[in-house]
Amino acid sequence: MTSFPLLSIVLWLPALGALLLLLLPRNRDALYRQVGLMFTVATFVVSLGLLVSFSTPAGAAASAAAPPTMRLLEQLPWIPAWGVGYSIGLDGVSLWLVLLTTLLTPIAAWASWNSITTQVRYFQVLLLLLETALIGVFVSVDLFLFYIFWEFTLIPMALMIGIWGGANRMAAAMKFFLYTFAASLLMLLSIIGVYALHRSAIGATQPGFGGTFDLLRIVADLRSGAFALDGNLARLLFGGFLAAFAVKAPIWPFHSWLPDAYSEAPTPVVILLSAVMSKLGTYGLVRFNLTLFPEAAGWAAPAVAVLAVIGILYGAMVAYAQSDMKRLVAYSSLSHMGFVVLGIFALNGLGVSGAVLQMVNHGLTTAALFLIVGMLESRRGSRDLAAFGGLWQATPVLGGLTLLVVLSSAGLPGLNGFVGEFTIMQGAYSSPTLGWPFLAFAVLGVVLAVVYLLRMFRSAFMGDTLAETASLRDLNRQELAVLVLLCLPMVAIGLFPNLLLVSVEEGVAGVMRGILVAVASR
Amino acid sequence: MEQIQIPPVDLAVVAPLITVVGWAIVLLLVDVFFVPAGQKRITGYLGIAGLVMAGAVAAPLWGSDSSTFGGMLVLDNFALALTWIFLLIGAISMVIALDYLPRQGIEQGEFYPLIMFAVSAMMLLGQSANLIVMFLGIELLSITLYILTGFAYPRLSSEEAAMKYLLLGAFAAGFFVYGIALIYGQTGTVQLFSTAPGQESLAEYLGRQTFAAVDLTLLLVGSGLVLVAFGFKVALVPFHMWTPDVYEGAPTPVTAFMSVGTKGAALAALLRLLDMALPSLQPIWLPVLATLAAVTMLLGNLGAIAQSNVKRMLAYSSIGHAGYLLLGVMTVSERGVQGFLFYLLAYSLTNLGAFAVLIALEQRGEAAWSLDDFAGLWQRQPFLALAMAVFMLSLAGVPPTAGFVGKFYVFMAAWEGGLGWLALVGMLTSAIAAFFYLRVIARMFMQEPVRDVQPQLFRGLTLGISIAAAGTLIFGILPTLLINVVQQTALAVGR
Repeated sequence: MTSFPLLSIVLWLPALGALLLLLLPRNRDALYRQVGLMFTVATFVVSLGLLVSFSTPAGAAASAAAPPTMRLLEQLPWIPAWGVGYSIGLDGVSLWLVLLTTLLTPIAAWASWNSITTQVRYFQVLLLLLETALIGVFVSVDLFLFYIFWEFTLIPMALMIGIWGGANRMAAAMKFFLYTFAASLLMLLSIIGVYALHRSAIGATQPGFGGTFDLLRIVADLRSGAFALDGNLARLLFGGFLAAFAVKAPIWPFHSWLPDAYSEAPTPVVILLSAVMSKLGTYGLVRFNLTLFPEAAGWAAPAVAVLAVIGILYGAMVAYAQSDMKRLVAYSSLSHMGFVVLGIFALNGLGVSGAVLQMVNHGLTTAALFLIVGMLESRRGSRDLAAFGGLWQATPVLGGLTLLVVLSSAGLPGLNGFVGEFTIMQGAYSSPTLGWPFLAFAVLGVVLAVVYLLRMFRSAFMGDTLAETASLRDLNRQELAVLVLLCLPMVAIGLFPNLLLVSVEEGVAGVMRGILVAVASR
Repeated sequence: MEQIQIPPVDLAVVAPLITVVGWAIVLLLVDVFFVPAGQKRITGYLGIAGLVMAGAVAAPLWGSDSSTFGGMLVLDNFALALTWIFLLIGAISMVIALDYLPRQGIEQGEFYPLIMFAVSAMMLLGQSANLIVMFLGIELLSITLYILTGFAYPRLSSEEAAMKYLLLGAFAAGFFVYGIALIYGQTGTVQLFSTAPGQESLAEYLGRQTFAAVDLTLLLVGSGLVLVAFGFKVALVPFHMWTPDVYEGAPTPVTAFMSVGTKGAALAALLRLLDMALPSLQPIWLPVLATLAAVTMLLGNLGAIAQSNVKRMLAYSSIGHAGYLLLGVMTVSERGVQGFLFYLLAYSLTNLGAFAVLIALEQRGEAAWSLDDFAGLWQRQPFLALAMAVFMLSLAGVPPTAGFVGKFYVFMAAWEGGLGWLALVGMLTSAIAAFFYLRVIARMFMQEPVRDVQPQLFRGLTLGISIAAAGTLIFGILPTLLINVVQQTALAVGR
């Protein structure tokens, strides 16, 4: 453990940038864009330093009942009266999601240079605030702090959709906000419930114990047996958390806000929405549902897995029917998040590790896909598949990179999507609660993904060149650099998945210890 | 004949109260004789100074726990915290009225002393340990509010509101007195709890009883009637019918004042009655109050959805907030009392701020409060839009605002008090409420202006809005500042 607050710097640097932006003189749009990009890039660079602390493997956990091992832990009292602390830390699960966020935010900031032309300053401010909130969700190890960041992500996101979105932006922003807010309130009740139960359980043996929202403390007590969350009440509390995460991810049938929000949001926003924000939900499932309620998770696993599989197939089929490319990618995103949820509720090390890996993969590919759709839309003024054809001849470089991204999304071996989906399916197959039927449907989902993705690619890039698309220009240097920046990790993860898997598995092991204890005690 | 014993009076206990009342009386005279017409804001400045003075007078009393007038008035940290909240409410109401009154052509000097009388009545309610004193407080508060509601004479809606409020308020007062009579009939006392050994009080009386042996009908009926009266004052469903009309008709600063002050004071008195005099009857009154709270939260928020007039929407939403406040009152726990105080302050700041924004949009003769008038406010008046967004988010309970922490506090208290289901109702109604609060934000930021409204910002108004917004954010980000204070207000609650 270091005393240097590296994680806090990563967390607050974007917010600092937002503050600085507010102090700049008026009407300097170019300056605002530069400052915004500068701060997001700086955050990314600093966040690479987080990897250093993961270069050495953690020592073996003190016991089979130890809570997850957090690195770079920083703890300060915040509301001591309630046992709320400013506690942040990283484990192998959150590390890569933080890096995903810090990698994608500069790309979103860059994408906003051309697409956001009004109220530039406030867009950059909101983008930076959103980055801080997103990172905050991933690094909080205090339930109260987590909830604050979790809810705060909504404000900049809803505003960005609502102010800079498409024609139907206001309704989409409202729907997005209300859906997720309502579900989050159920989680808030669950947080209060866990706190109160823990307080009274520990208070019975330790008079004067004032309660705590510290996740590590609560998990430690859970695993040592000093505090138990079981029975129907625990299942209800589990449900409260699940509701919030299911809407955010989203899990079918809680996805109805998604097509509107995804298709109305401008490109830079939809990148963060689909690539990072949806991961908040699945991350929450791992961090809270599995860690706090191993018993209830086992109880609910088959049902949630069924929903996940329905989501995989439903998303894939609806995606196939779309002619609007943005909506197509949106539904494909729903389908792919189904895999992640399936992996999580396999409730074994393989499945959860695969899910975490797939979160990162999906973040990379879906961001690239939305970026490409945005590029096509800005060139052609439409994102209808019928408006494109034979682009390969006009824009071969874009075509090649798109093919790479599409294949990664479809799960071609050698690229990142394959590693994640394969690990998830392995996990689902070997899971005691799921087994081969789930595997079969998941495989069907992969096949369907190939179908709709290649259909999109074929009708846009192959076939006869339309007169309107023949003159579209290929990628310029900036665009090329950004897309390559996204494609490099896809290839790298595909070829060397252990780059991630080692630390991911270490983080997942910290989560799984609780599940193993729960299974053992059954 | 026995000589009537006049108990010794400890002036320290009533010092803040005397300051406000005395200042208000003097101010009335000063206003008439020394402040020229058209310069009435001087009276306003003096009134604000008086409230600040009273706050300063109260400061050294922190930590004391004493009573006077034979125990009828008490001074504890709970009362002091309330005193400061009420003084703050009064001061902000005056600040936002400074420009409002001349703009509406209703600038009369007595407005400010009247607010001060109302504040003193609220302080009295916070300090009372006796049903008769409570009645005094409620009547003093109500009478000043009747006048203030009709202050926008000759605007008809204002007169109508005052009349409505007066009629229903009179009924409520009747209920209250009758309730007191019945309680006295059974127990022979109107003192809530004993402040000296040997003093008879409701708490003592109930402590002596074994329930199976005694018929408590009179006491229960009396308490029920008192509860109805409180229900009227607080605007709990189903006693809320007057609220939207009165809140809409009254001059906006008065509405702002009423929506937070009356509720706070009446609930504080109810809290003393329930938590300190009748805690042993909790099994009987808890189901009643819990149902009232649930219905209040539901109907208040559902009613607000249908409103396209923002002032009326805030009136309905304030009904809903009374339900959340009630959560803190009924749990009979330290956490509940603290939560109540925190929520009250958070809600007061937020609601006063929101009404102050309405004042900025209100022009003489024409009020621009429809949702459409908020469209594009961000482009015309970024400050107003930003402040309104903060208030709306706080009312909806979104972090990082004080409203969120307040909700968290009372829901936590409710859960720990075994009222998990009621907390769930609170959560669900908060989700409903988010819809109409968000609608305002969406209009302000995501739409182009629909019609030409020129919001007017004056210095007083800007100051009031800034204070409210800053408080809402600061107590949302650093709630510890306030939690440490309210934690010292632990009443001797218990059963």
